[in-house]
Amino acid sequence: MADGDYPSELKYHAEHDWARVDGDEATFGITWYAQDSLGEVVFFEAPAVGSTVSKDAAYTEVESVKAVSEVIAPLSGEIVAVNEALAANPEAINEDPYGAGWLVKVRLSDPAEIETLLDAAAYAATLP
Amino acid sequence: MTAVAPGPGRSFTQAADDELTIYERSVPGRRAFVAPALDVPAVSVEALLPAHLRRPEPPRLPEVTEPEIVRHYNRLSKRNFDLDTGFYPLGSCTMKHNPKLHERVAALPGNSRLHPLQDPARAQGALELMYRLGEALAEISGLPHVSLQPSAGSHGELAGVLLTRAYHEDRGERRTKVLTPETAHGTNPATVTMAGYEVVKLATDRDGNVDLADLRAKADSDVACLMLTNPSTLGLFEPNISQIAEIIHGVGATLYYDGANLNAIMGITRPGDMGFDIVHFNLHKSFTQPHGGGGPGSGPIAVSDRIEPYLPRPQVIRRPATPDGGGEPTATPPATSWVYDLDFDRPKSIGRLRGFQGNYGVFVRSYAYILSLGAEGLREASETAVLNANYLLAKLAAAGVGEYLPAAYNRLAMHEFVLSGAPMKAELGIKTLDLAKRLLDFGVHPPTVYFPLLVEEALLIEPTETETRETLDRFVEIVAEVLREARADPEIARHAPYGTPVRRLDEAGAARRPVLRQIL
Amino acid sequence: MSTYTSVTPTDRAEMLEVIGVDSVEALFADIPAPLRLERRLDLPAGLAEQEVFRELSRLASANVSAEDEITFLGAGMYDHYVPALVDAIISRSEFLTPYTPYQPEISQGGLQAMFEYQTAISELVGLPVSNASVYEGPSAVAAAGYVAKHHNGRRRFVVSAGVHPHAIETLATYAHGYGMTVEVVELTDGVTVLGALGDDVSAVIVAQPNFLGAVEDIAACAEAAHAAGALLVCAADPIPLGIIQAPGAVGADIVVGEGQSLGNRLDYGGPSFGFFAVTEALLRRLPGRLAGETRDLDGRRGFVLTLQTREQHIRRDKATSNICTAQALNALAGVIYLSWLGRRGIVELAELLLARTDYARRRLAAIPGVRLSHTQPVIREFPITVDGDLDAVIAHCRRAQINPGYRLSEHELLIAITEQRTRAHIDLLATTIEEAL
Repeated sequence: MADGDYPSELKYHAEHDWARVDGDEATFGITWYAQDSLGEVVFFEAPAVGSTVSKDAAYTEVESVKAVSEVIAPLSGEIVAVNEALAANPEAINEDPYGAGWLVKVRLSDPAEIETLLDAAAYAATLP
Repeated sequence: MTAVAPGPGRSFTQAADDELTIYERSVPGRRAFVAPALDVPAVSVEALLPAHLRRPEPPRLPEVTEPEIVRHYNRLSKRNFDLDTGFYPLGSCTMKHNPKLHERVAALPGNSRLHPLQDPARAQGALELMYRLGEALAEISGLPHVSLQPSAGSHGELAGVLLTRAYHEDRGERRTKVLTPETAHGTNPATVTMAGYEVVKLATDRDGNVDLADLRAKADSDVACLMLTNPSTLGLFEPNISQIAEIIHGVGATLYYDGANLNAIMGITRPGDMGFDIVHFNLHKSFTQPHGGGGPGSGPIAVSDRIEPYLPRPQVIRRPATPDGGGEPTATPPATSWVYDLDFDRPKSIGRLRGFQGNYGVFVRSYAYILSLGAEGLREASETAVLNANYLLAKLAAAGVGEYLPAAYNRLAMHEFVLSGAPMKAELGIKTLDLAKRLLDFGVHPPTVYFPLLVEEALLIEPTETETRETLDRFVEIVAEVLREARADPEIARHAPYGTPVRRLDEAGAARRPVLRQIL
Repeated sequence: MSTYTSVTPTDRAEMLEVIGVDSVEALFADIPAPLRLERRLDLPAGLAEQEVFRELSRLASANVSAEDEITFLGAGMYDHYVPALVDAIISRSEFLTPYTPYQPEISQGGLQAMFEYQTAISELVGLPVSNASVYEGPSAVAAAGYVAKHHNGRRRFVVSAGVHPHAIETLATYAHGYGMTVEVVELTDGVTVLGALGDDVSAVIVAQPNFLGAVEDIAACAEAAHAAGALLVCAADPIPLGIIQAPGAVGADIVVGEGQSLGNRLDYGGPSFGFFAVTEALLRRLPGRLAGETRDLDGRRGFVLTLQTREQHIRRDKATSNICTAQALNALAGVIYLSWLGRRGIVELAELLLARTDYARRRLAAIPGVRLSHTQPVIREFPITVDGDLDAVIAHCRRAQINPGYRLSEHELLIAITEQRTRAHIDLLATTIEEAL
């Protein structure tokens, strides 16, 4: 993956989170910029399946060697799956932030919220 | 200091072999301990201790002989860099010489074998020492009441914020916020949260001082306290301290002094005179308790009259030995006419912060230090610490260094100062971390790096008063040499160190899959 | 006098010239004049080393230490023998004088010793994760409370009255700050018996053995705590763990304790160290420093401080504690001591304590006017009730250069028997008490 890659099929939240929407479900993760700023990720605190997340609110934390960062939900809904593989392999968040480094899957409670997210170009324009 | 730095592949003086752990040296049947003879009737463990309370198998501790234990830990010791061996300019840690006398007096049986619950009447020497140390700390800080109980600087901070809470609560006030500058030690915000307050950060102005406009905007009747380090973590004296105190006291809050940097000002200016209500001391910094590789320390506090009722329990007190007392209250009678005691009857006290009376062994060392130096010596220590820091700052501004590592603030420093490695990173392609790691090959402990957070690629340098001018000059030469080398080939620093027992370690790997004990 | 500085007047003049100021005074220009101390500190003049030694010796000799009397004082700190090799190793400057190992490449000795210490504590208490030590025992109990609060967000601590009174008081001091209540459960015949607990209980805190020396049923306490969804915190005394069940093996979620008895001096109460161990589930809430194993660039094993992101220098107001130091030197003494005892030695020592304590208990209980305050199993310490005048008993013991123990109340004494107290000492204590009654 190239540096500063922001795939065009994803939707972005200004707090450096992405969502891959598939019907009434979405997969969430953090962007290339977020993982690069954090540095080497060492731990992902998996939230409980069944818990609800609210757009713009923190739902968990990722920890790197230099920071602990809250992860903001780009959309609202109920968590239906978490990426269990990150427990043993948190570096996937650095190595493949849009693939193996996904964090949670969420059943959306208000798909209309998708309209408020940024596309790749608009998100990339917010970065320094 | 090592005269020649090893290049790639050269050997350093530390023991370089991969060391086995004490468990890996264990062989069943070996032992060091011999139990004293059983001089009472043998008992049946089974009869005295029901099966469900008994440990089924002995704990798997190592099985090693005394010679092996000694050799093992001596070998480990050779894989440590220490202050007695080389320069250790670690900013904010005050790595000054640890006088050898202190270890001797701390080890006197009257100190080292004194039980903390001994009747105060039979611990008069210890209590007198604590009382006199408290008096000296009160005089140095300009605040009259001292508790020696807190175990470390962070513990003293917690005491200070809990005292603030008790003070406000006693006045029927419920305040919610504590202000800290963004340059504060990270322990300040952590302490504030532990004590149940919200942290509000104060901006720093261009000169490195507290931003007074921001302070005025944030100081209101919800503010319980402002925690300040002065000199700040930037090594700068806060010239507006009197105005800051006025603003804080104007809203009824307390002013807390983080004493980490007291080594700059002993006998020169006093926190109490600046308007602080509460001060903590780091006896392991200014008063030279050896750091022990990360503890023990001790963090006594001194407070103003209005905070005194809330001090932790117990307090060391004294009273005249004779029932009638005698003499004027201000007279100083000879020591033998005082009786020292522990006062538990303190109804407004925040309570205990730990067991017993505090880290007494540290008190002995710090008291010995104060006796050795005396009033003049303490002032001279601070003056020399500031002289050494400014000398080093001036020398590091010279050509070949100053353009890559400029001072973060262009003014006189106190006992420590901050350089920025940003130009070095941009122009030479080596980061502050790389410089620090390369210094290891030259037998120098690097300065504190990446703190304070406010300064990009920061190096915080504190030489202390016990270093000679030659040591400081040599340090400047070494830094210049590393930069010269980086101009020619930045790869050398990027992969340093080379001559240490291990090279750069995979810290991310350690945190991702923590291995925190040996699997036995 | 002994200033430990080496700047001569010539040095000073030349250094000021390099700085570009004309006096040392000018270096302090940032300090406003009204704040300068325009007098000498009101402290005595400095002394020569010989004079300081004499004064410190005078003060030390004004104390009655365990060197000067036969002491049965315990109650949290114990007069165990400190083997000579502990002193020899911890007084090496390479262990005594470094700071916290921020530069792991030149701190492998200290870091490996921390790792070995963590392994020993983990094994002793029966939990997978130990930190590199905290200040001391009672504040470790308070720090454990803060971990529990973060873990489950509940409002209340239930504390056994068998926990050391200093620990209960310290917990209350801390808990008031972070807004939690502390409820103390009285002992039943010397031990903790827990009824049903509310679902607002964050942690149940017990001690093993408890303050009155009794061996507690930790499994039962854990069951009661867990039934209410609370954590069980156990404050353990390490040497008895040689023969009593490891608290972590029977359900304790956090085991803390005072480490002084492991190769540390009495030092009138400190410095010593506190140990702090937790389950895997609480790993990332563990306060303080931790050493972890890793590899260097060349693949060699090495050790680093790890999981520091949780700590206050990064998380600041979200840190798991404000503790930013271990008691590294004291913990080093601890792991050397545990290596000296070894796998068999710790059992032999604990069994010797058990035998001598049992002897002392029988011997004292046989004195008319002396009763055992409880009859639960004990290892090294037990309380007696003296029906007569306890003041007179204590005064009589003192004349015989005996310190009979810690006074619990008007009629009760808590008596500790370390391996330094022989049968002859115990017999002398018994006959002295007998005479006084």
